[in-house]
Amino acid sequence: MFVLFSVMIIVFSILTVTTRRILRAATYLLLVLISTSGLYFMLNYQFMAAVQLTLYAGGIVVLIIFSILLTSHISQKFEPVGLKKSVFSALAAITGAILSIVTILDYKFSASVEAAKEVDMRLIGRSLLSVEYDGYVLPFEVISILLLAAMIAAIIVAKKGGPSKTKTPNYNKG
Amino acid sequence: MITGVPVQYFLILATLMFFAGIYGFLTRRNLITMLMAVELILNSVNINFMAFNRYLYPHKMEGMFFSLFVIAVAASEAAVAIAIIINIYRRFATINVEDVNEMKY
Repeated sequence: MFVLFSVMIIVFSILTVTTRRILRAATYLLLVLISTSGLYFMLNYQFMAAVQLTLYAGGIVVLIIFSILLTSHISQKFEPVGLKKSVFSALAAITGAILSIVTILDYKFSASVEAAKEVDMRLIGRSLLSVEYDGYVLPFEVISILLLAAMIAAIIVAKKGGPSKTKTPNYNKG
Repeated sequence: MITGVPVQYFLILATLMFFAGIYGFLTRRNLITMLMAVELILNSVNINFMAFNRYLYPHKMEGMFFSLFVIAVAASEAAVAIAIIINIYRRFATINVEDVNEMKY
């Protein structure tokens, strides 16, 4: 099962960055995210798998697909990447990957011997709002403010018109 | 912990995914596909955090909460980025990064 998920993740991530149709790239990204949530289920993190499915696969991919539909034609294909650029990018990526993998295989990981903690919903909620030793209330508050700011910023940036209406934008250029 | 799967497999998987994202970020010329490559990178880092948490420190929860916050940051980043992309598309009628080279108002 792990092999299936990892093969799906690797193949579809490479397809995501090499396919020439933009909507297919979004679909492959969706498959990558769903397989990742399968991995989380296998690691026994049910809550994180659910968050991955709803937020990533549900929210972000739908947002990306909507913006694709708003900004490009579905049948449009990208022109292929220049040979020089693709060769050098692949070279950089493969070199980095080989370096990291060699380092990973070289390092001796020492696992902790303590008993595993069962992470259930009640524990997650308690820790998110606790100020004790294992509490995460400060990052929780910070992330709340970040989400609020991002929401307001997105609305203001994407709002039509606004104070900068002095120059006429080139709507009919394409 | 999955029996028969050492932690290195997870790390190698995340490495390959990360560098697929890097390759996409370097070669793509469309803003939305670049955003997708960034999502790939963030997701691979999340896999790393979860595997470390489950395999090396199973009695703690730091890795899980870190990925939770990374997902929240990725969501807000995607929202702002798509707002900016749509604004750029309104102004320039293209989202190709080579055609969007002026930052003047």
